[in-house]
Amino acid sequence: MVSRLSLLLRHAVLIAGASVMLAPFILMVSISLKPPGEVFAPQFSLLPQQWYVAENYTAAFTRVPLARFILNGFFVTFCIFLMQALTALPMAYALAKLRFRGRETCFALVVLALLIPPQVPAIPLYIALWQLDLLNTYAGIILPSTISVFGIFMMRQFFRTVPNDLIAAARMDGLGEFAIVWRIMLPTALPALAAFACLSFIWNWNEFFWPFLIVQDEALMTPPLGIAFFSNAEAGTAFGPLMAAATAVTAPLVLAFLFAQRAFIQGVTMSGIK
Amino acid sequence: MPGVTLRNIAKQFGTTPVLRGVSLTVEEGEFLAILGPSGCGKSTLLRIIAGLETADGGEVFIGDRQVDHLPAKARDLAMVFQSYALYPYMTVAENIALPLQMRRLSSLQRLPFIGALLPGTRSLRQQVARDVNAVATPLGLEGLLGRKPAQLSGGQRQRVALARAMVRHPAAFLMDEPLSNLDARLRADARAEIISLTRRLGVTTLYVTHDQSEAMAMADRVAVMEGGILLQLAPPQALYDDPQNLAVARFVGSPPINIWPVEVTDRGDMTCCGHRLPFRARSSQGSAQLGLRAENLDIHRDGIPAQIVRLERLGMETLVHCHINGLAGTTILRLAPGAAEQFSGFESIRLLPKKAILFDLQGNRLPIIESARIDA
Repeated sequence: MVSRLSLLLRHAVLIAGASVMLAPFILMVSISLKPPGEVFAPQFSLLPQQWYVAENYTAAFTRVPLARFILNGFFVTFCIFLMQALTALPMAYALAKLRFRGRETCFALVVLALLIPPQVPAIPLYIALWQLDLLNTYAGIILPSTISVFGIFMMRQFFRTVPNDLIAAARMDGLGEFAIVWRIMLPTALPALAAFACLSFIWNWNEFFWPFLIVQDEALMTPPLGIAFFSNAEAGTAFGPLMAAATAVTAPLVLAFLFAQRAFIQGVTMSGIK
Repeated sequence: MPGVTLRNIAKQFGTTPVLRGVSLTVEEGEFLAILGPSGCGKSTLLRIIAGLETADGGEVFIGDRQVDHLPAKARDLAMVFQSYALYPYMTVAENIALPLQMRRLSSLQRLPFIGALLPGTRSLRQQVARDVNAVATPLGLEGLLGRKPAQLSGGQRQRVALARAMVRHPAAFLMDEPLSNLDARLRADARAEIISLTRRLGVTTLYVTHDQSEAMAMADRVAVMEGGILLQLAPPQALYDDPQNLAVARFVGSPPINIWPVEVTDRGDMTCCGHRLPFRARSSQGSAQLGLRAENLDIHRDGIPAQIVRLERLGMETLVHCHINGLAGTTILRLAPGAAEQFSGFESIRLLPKKAILFDLQGNRLPIIESARIDA
């Protein structure tokens, strides 16, 4: 009886928390379905009296190149993740499993770098990219994010749980250190890497600050930048299409999260079998 | 098949010495067990031979080739680990094939997709698959080649680990407690399997274990280590009959050897707890330690009085645990079951040693003792 009550109470708290978190998103989707007249209507309803879906979403995709923004977003986040994985996996392996002088210092630097907000090195990076003539290019958006200290840290923590015997066996079987990273460590770390991929995707998809500094060309804009541009271009009046655009931009994140959830669960069960 | 020679191998972790100058030679095709309690440095020694650790001093030879500066993959050795260390996401076939792929295929040919397009890759891969089958079939793994290690039993995993070690015909096998994760019945099977395999292949094998019965049962010769020092290297029977050191005597044999404190007079006569023993020490006097195997004690009217504490009936033999006044611990006597039952009602018996090994208080073997029957 007590446990049932506590269960109810727990769920009530969770539902209250979730509704606070979800309310803006529900509102966003709701507005994206409504005609302009209903957005500020005195009586609020979740579903519109007059459906305005096609109009809002067509407007979102035609008045600005929203599809282009979304493609840009995928391209940039994919490149960033690829580079992050290529750099983080060998570094994490070295920090977790190789013995060399200065390893602990290197790791301390990684942890220290986790504490530095990305805005701090923005000006030096901007100047460097300007000197390389990479402002207003994809490379300019991607390059500063290619090394993720969080990725290194996360993969290092995971690699530490890989038994040393596995690496010794690989060395006996004739694998070099890089072959060990790609053929032994990477497959065992796939669940962790998938989790990192989702986090990296979410961060970089949502990144506004850096693309905003680097990009002026509309053709290179990423989704958050595109939406900001949209709201400026439309003088903030067309809330229906704006919310439709926001919904379209948020959808990949939701999908990524659902995928991540599956990967997480898979990862847990895989390590459970042993 | 080349042998393995170690010269004066030393290693310390931080300030703790783990190996203090170990030298030994494994003959060609020999099965040598390295036996010792945990922490004696035996696994470290194996890893130094494998090239997974670097020694602080000393030399390693495989055949007549010095390999100290070669990485593990260039030493042509194969290792079987206690945890088996199978690659969890690869199938059994892929696990066994990996060492062959690493040696036979170029790095371009190993690449996914691109490798398949290169000339020769296909026939090499087919050759690898044939060799994998040739190794897997006698081990009874042919039906399991498509499984992942997680879907195998302990014994099957162990055989996959053996197959992976065998498949490329290495110069020598290194085995680090390969049976200790198996249950007792499987262990006996696996023991027989490893012996017959290594005999058939005639391959030099170094086998690390802390289980003396395993070392005695499997090895041609046994190297006993303690505290980073090689105490004795001898065939199993010599180790049992003629240990050079009290630690070796204690470590080898089951039930463990009985140790009696004895006093040696200047004439060489020996007494234990005030009772005269039928032995003479050649040179020493003062206190010493006498090692007595359980089968080397007789029940005799001239012996030392002892109380029977309990009988341990093992079927083929019975171990009689006795207490001798003035001695700490129990003395164990090995008897045939019938002979033991006849004493089961007795409160006390008299024990007379017929064969013994003498050590000084530091545990060093004392040269020779003479057996001199006391005349009644």
